[in-house]
Amino acid sequence: MSAPVIRYIDEPHPITGLTNGKLGLWLFLASEVMLFGALFSSYILLRVGADSWPDGWDVLNVPLATLNTVVLISSSVTMVMAWVGCRLNNLGKFRFYMSLTIALSLVFLVIKTIEYKPKFEHYEAFLADGALVKGYEGSESITGHLDENDLDKDYILFSPDAVQHGTSGDDEHSDHEKGGEGHAEQIRINRLDIDRLTNFGPKHSNFYGLYFTMTGLHGLHIVGGIAVNLYFLLFGTGMFRSNPAQFSNRIECAGLYWHFVDLVWIFLFPTIYLL
Amino acid sequence: MGGHSVEEISKEVRIYMTVFASLLVLSGVTVGASLLDVSTTVAIIIGLAIASIKGTLVACYFMHLISERKAIYAILALTAFFFAVLMALPAMDLQGNEAFSGRV
Amino acid sequence: MSGHDHHDPGFIRKYVFSVDHKVIGIQYTVTSLLFLFLGFALMMIMRAQLAYPKADFSFLENIFGEAGFVGGTMLPEFYNQLGAMHGTIMVFLGVVPLAVGGFGNYVMPLQIGAPDMAFPKLNMASYWVYFTGGVVMICSFFVEGGAAQYGWTSYPPLANTQPHLIGQTMWLVGMVFLITSSLLGSVNFIVTIVQLRVKGLTFFRLPFFVWAQFITSFLLLLAFPPLEAAGVLQLMDRVAGTSFFMPDGLIISGSPAVNAGGGNPLLWQHLFWFLAHPEVYVLILPAMGIVGEIVANNTRKPLWGYRSLVYSVIFLGFMSFIVWAHHMFMTGMGQSMSIFFQTTTMIISIPSVIILTALILSLWGGSIRFNTPMLFALSFLPMFAIGGLTGLPLGLAASDIQLHDTYYVIGHFHFVVAPGTLMALFAGVYFWYPKVTGRMMNSALGKLHWIGTLVFLNGVFIPMFVQGMAGVSRRLYDQTHYEHGQAVQEWTIASSWSAWLLGIAQIPFILNFFMSFFAGKKVDQNPWKATTLEWAAPSPPPHGNFATEPEVYRGPYEYSVPGASDDYSPQFVK
Repeated sequence: MSAPVIRYIDEPHPITGLTNGKLGLWLFLASEVMLFGALFSSYILLRVGADSWPDGWDVLNVPLATLNTVVLISSSVTMVMAWVGCRLNNLGKFRFYMSLTIALSLVFLVIKTIEYKPKFEHYEAFLADGALVKGYEGSESITGHLDENDLDKDYILFSPDAVQHGTSGDDEHSDHEKGGEGHAEQIRINRLDIDRLTNFGPKHSNFYGLYFTMTGLHGLHIVGGIAVNLYFLLFGTGMFRSNPAQFSNRIECAGLYWHFVDLVWIFLFPTIYLL
Repeated sequence: MGGHSVEEISKEVRIYMTVFASLLVLSGVTVGASLLDVSTTVAIIIGLAIASIKGTLVACYFMHLISERKAIYAILALTAFFFAVLMALPAMDLQGNEAFSGRV
Repeated sequence: MSGHDHHDPGFIRKYVFSVDHKVIGIQYTVTSLLFLFLGFALMMIMRAQLAYPKADFSFLENIFGEAGFVGGTMLPEFYNQLGAMHGTIMVFLGVVPLAVGGFGNYVMPLQIGAPDMAFPKLNMASYWVYFTGGVVMICSFFVEGGAAQYGWTSYPPLANTQPHLIGQTMWLVGMVFLITSSLLGSVNFIVTIVQLRVKGLTFFRLPFFVWAQFITSFLLLLAFPPLEAAGVLQLMDRVAGTSFFMPDGLIISGSPAVNAGGGNPLLWQHLFWFLAHPEVYVLILPAMGIVGEIVANNTRKPLWGYRSLVYSVIFLGFMSFIVWAHHMFMTGMGQSMSIFFQTTTMIISIPSVIILTALILSLWGGSIRFNTPMLFALSFLPMFAIGGLTGLPLGLAASDIQLHDTYYVIGHFHFVVAPGTLMALFAGVYFWYPKVTGRMMNSALGKLHWIGTLVFLNGVFIPMFVQGMAGVSRRLYDQTHYEHGQAVQEWTIASSWSAWLLGIAQIPFILNFFMSFFAGKKVDQNPWKATTLEWAAPSPPPHGNFATEPEVYRGPYEYSVPGASDDYSPQFVK
């Protein structure tokens, strides 16, 4: 028995003018639009319904994110150049630009990790009404580093950030990125004085929840893209030689996906970090 | 998507580089604009307008939608419609909330 | 994909990790029939609890563990697990995989004359991702705290209140698998239908079933991702402690919830129903397609108004995206919202009525063959009509407020998917069984199965309208607790006995299904004397489907053409 021959894998359909792969990939991207669309829609709904919403400049690392924007845009260009390499039937050029694309996407992930990490190590203790914490009378919360959180003890040890926090909602979040640099003296806070103790991870507030969910899901798409691109770089040579037209189609599709990931970032970046 | 001749491809490469430069400039502009002291509404309009221009550049040239087949346009038009419905969803909910609080 | 060096692939590659759309279709069919049976078994337990609330269920402790029972009496928590999982299994693991994964996979490529799906490996992946999702769902019964217990809709904040119970978390993970599976499947379906039709098969020569699958695939493609997004958000709520769906000031069991608050529970409902309303049409469109095929074949005349059927299906698919909030009239939406969604809901009933009318008019003047598939297909028509008409009062806010969340709703949507879709799916099994196996199913057993199923399905669901109008809530685990429930308890008992008899009525089907495989009458390639392309292939079709690539010369339903020698003129005969 022989495998059935499926048409239009490497030559386009006479009427639609498309290969199966390209049509399939665009359909997949259509569903991705709906996936991220639903998240953006949720973002709008939660933001409009929120009492206050921090300014990205105050609480997130905008310079790093801007750098990441540049990295991702560059990787899009190298990806399109890798495709150009395929179409010129130039294996060296393809390999060079594909490696560069993968390297840039790894750089993106490394920067993302650097951006995420301090947020998980930085804490905020929301104080209960009438809490008695010396030096923080009337504050709604204290931010800083958690030194000891032994559940058997009825207190925690906490090193507040050097920057003093006011009581108004706006100042509450200010400069926590830099806050870790200098610490005030360690203080002991009674558990009864704390409403809620949280790091600046997803559970801190809906702002951070959306920040981590949306950039995290985008990051997963980056990981997927790296896997696909790595596969073509490492195992694509055979097809590059035996069936260059189909290989070029595949790189085109991988590229379409990669540019879509870039496109999502182009909207995520201002939405989360700047607005 | 142009042809496969070397001249055509090198013309395309020039376009890619122009788009690349524009994207870098626009990224700078959007970061700079976010530092302007304007109301949130204006900031959102500016931010999304720049993002839309960047997105259009990526879609048109990197994803070469500018010279794509009709079937792809049809799929995207359909998706755009349902995407619009999805984006109308928060507005619907908010309209509902106001009516609700008005009644109490 | 090269042909010459391809030898016999061996058992595993041929039947387990097969890339042949027909094997995958059979895998989907068998798996989803098993899931349907499981969902049905859960429901029979629920019916026992509802009819005899204080009964001794200690025999179930061996299967589900002792946590759900006290002295043999079922606890409400366990009942809720049964309810949530019955719905989930029936919709996402039973009916959709059977209608789309099973019939769609097997029949659609044959009907368009393709050798296989456009992406065979993706097709295989789609099945195995679905299978994994199903396993995750079933395993959740056996973890601490049991399976998901917040209804198949998983409304927060309730569904978020017990993050330590991993049943709901597994439900969400399982859903992500199932959504991914449908996504892969729908991309494959659309590309196959657009690209791989044989020469001469224009869009308006496509069988109605293919049209139904085409539109269904678009619904799956574009409506499922928002639920995936919602699932991810709820997963974050449960696992990472976010509060996307948790409002400010929430009190859980008397103490304030410890989270950031500021979330919006209605966001879940919007995103959920943005999928789940199109999902209703995912359940019903393939069924309509099957009925269309069988009606045309057994009336021996063309479908009445083929083009209006096609346009109606397209319009139905389109409208199904903008009616979702009619599930949410009770949430305090604004009045103008209610008006908008009432209007779209009334509009969407028009194409449904056109389809049903066209199918009924197709019967007019035909010399009808009352074989088993036709009997099932014919009973689909009134059953779907009852389901549809009982939906009207639910689509109007004023009457919905009375009926919302009562057994009336259960009766309504079950009439659409159980006596409706399931009847059509059974019809499909009887109709295409000879193509798949090369043997006929037994007609006497089939007719016995049909009459039992028809009678008892109605016996199960008609009482629910009475209960619902008496105000019995759909979520009650013991309605005799309330006076208004006691008044209609006899109806509950009648419904329960019908359900158990319905189970017995499936025995002829199960026997028939397996026995005919060995003992059924052997058939040639076109036992029903049908016109569409799947009947141009041998029964069963080999890998690659057609001995020589067919060509299409005419529309799909050219029966009783004046002047023709036979009463059917197949698409594939010049």
